Amino acid sequence: MKRLALGLGVAVVAGAGIAFAVTSPRPVAAERLDAIAAIDGDAAAGETLFWAGGCASCHAAPGAEGDAKLMLSGGVRLASDFGTFVAPNISSDPEAGIGGWSIADFANAMLAGVSPRGEHYYPAFPYTSYTRMNDRDIADLFAFFKTLPSSDVASLPHQIGFPFNIRRSLGGWKFLFFSDQPHVTLGGPDTEIARGQYLVEGPGHCGECHTPRNLIGGFVSDAWLSGAQNPDGEGVIPNITPGSKSIGGWSKSDIAYYLESGFTPDFDSAGGSMVDVQKNMAKLTSGDRDAIAAYLKALPKRDNGWE
Amino acid sequence: MKFRTLFAAALIGAAGFAPAIAADEPQVVRQEMMKKVGGATGAMAKMVKGESEFDAAATLAALTTISEVAATFGNYFPEGSETGMETEAAAAIWSDRAGFEAAIAKFKADADAGIAAAPADLDGLKAAFGPLTKNCGTCHETYRQKKS
Repeated sequence: MKRLALGLGVAVVAGAGIAFAVTSPRPVAAERLDAIAAIDGDAAAGETLFWAGGCASCHAAPGAEGDAKLMLSGGVRLASDFGTFVAPNISSDPEAGIGGWSIADFANAMLAGVSPRGEHYYPAFPYTSYTRMNDRDIADLFAFFKTLPSSDVASLPHQIGFPFNIRRSLGGWKFLFFSDQPHVTLGGPDTEIARGQYLVEGPGHCGECHTPRNLIGGFVSDAWLSGAQNPDGEGVIPNITPGSKSIGGWSKSDIAYYLESGFTPDFDSAGGSMVDVQKNMAKLTSGDRDAIAAYLKALPKRDNGWE
Repeated sequence: MKFRTLFAAALIGAAGFAPAIAADEPQVVRQEMMKKVGGATGAMAKMVKGESEFDAAATLAALTTISEVAATFGNYFPEGSETGMETEAAAAIWSDRAGFEAAIAKFKADADAGIAAAPADLDGLKAAFGPLTKNCGTCHETYRQKKS
C-alpha cells in the first residue's frame, strides 16, 4: 500500500514534470535570433511580405480601406469554436503597439508564437504558418513594420472560455500540432513550385482556413488545402486542391488571374473573407501569383475536407 | 392495372412538372441572373485583358444587361428562399436588407454611369469597368457565402 502510494506519487510528479516541460514556451534558438538581427532589413521588400502575410486583414481597424490598412490598431474579431479572438494593436506605438519590440521579440512572435513576456500566443495568430518564413524575410518585414504609423488604441482582451483561457495549455497544443515542416512533399525540384509552396505554406497561411481541423483545432492529416467549414460564419471555405469540383478544373493561368483580379473563369467573383485576401494577392508580383498557382496545381488531389 | 397507370402517370407528371417548378424558384431565377452578369462581365474583361478587340456595341450591350439585372435582382430574395436549390445567399441579405438593397442600387448606378458615358475606346471601357466590377467583391464579401 505504502509502495503503491509512493509509486503514484512519483508518477504524478513525473507527469507534472513532463507537462511542465511540454507546455513551456520555447523561443527561437539564440544563434538564429543573432543571425536575423545581423541582417540589414529592406523595408521595400518587407512590404511585399506584409501583403502576402495578410497582416492588415486582421490588424487594421475593421473595414479599413486604402492607406488606413497601414494603421495596425487592431480590433478585428475572429469567432471560433474556442471563443472570440480580438486582433491586437501591432502599430509602431511603443506602448499600445509593438514599437518597443526588438527584432528578437518580432522573430519569436512570428517563428515560435512566443510573446516578449515569454507567453504562448493563440494560433489565431498564424505563426503556425509564419514559422516557415526565412531569416531574410523576417528581417525585411520587421523593417517595413518600423515604417508604419502608430496608434494608441488599446488592444482588447480575447473572449475565450476555460480551459483555453490558460495560455500555458497552448504548449500542449503546440507539442501536438506546431511544426515548421512542409505540409506536402512534391516530387522533383522546381523553383517556381518551391516559391509557391513557400508563399502558400509560410507567409500566405492559406491552409489556416482552407484545411479542415479536428475537435481541438489541429489540422486533419492528409487533407491539406481540401477545404473546411467556415470557422467564422456560415458556408464553407473551398477545396483548392486539384480534387476540387470547382477550382480543380481551373488552369494555372485561371488561378493566377483570379488572384490578380478576383474573377473566376466564369467571371463570378471572390466572396467572403477571400475578397480581402485577393486584394492582398493583387499586390504581389505576377511571378509570385504564378508560383502560387503552380504549387496549387501540383498538390495531391483531395476530396472536400468538410464532407 | 389501375395502380400501374396511376404510377406511370405520377412518374410522367413528376418528370414534366418538377423542372417547371424549379425554374420558377427565386433561388434559380437569381442564379441565372448572376450568370448573365458573369457573361457580360466576361465579355468586357476579355477586351480589357486584350484577348478580344474593343467593341463599342458589345460593351454597351454588356453594360445594359448588367443594369437590367440589377434593376430587379433584389426582388428575388423573398422570405422562405434563404436555403435550397444550392443557393449561396448569405443570411445577411435578410438580416441587413437595407444594406443589400443599397449594394444592388450602387451596382445599377455604376452600370448606368457606364451606359451614359458610352465608352468609345478601350480606355473608356477600362474607366467604366474598374468601378463597376468593384461591386462584385464588395457585395459578395457580405452577402454571398460559398457552399462548395
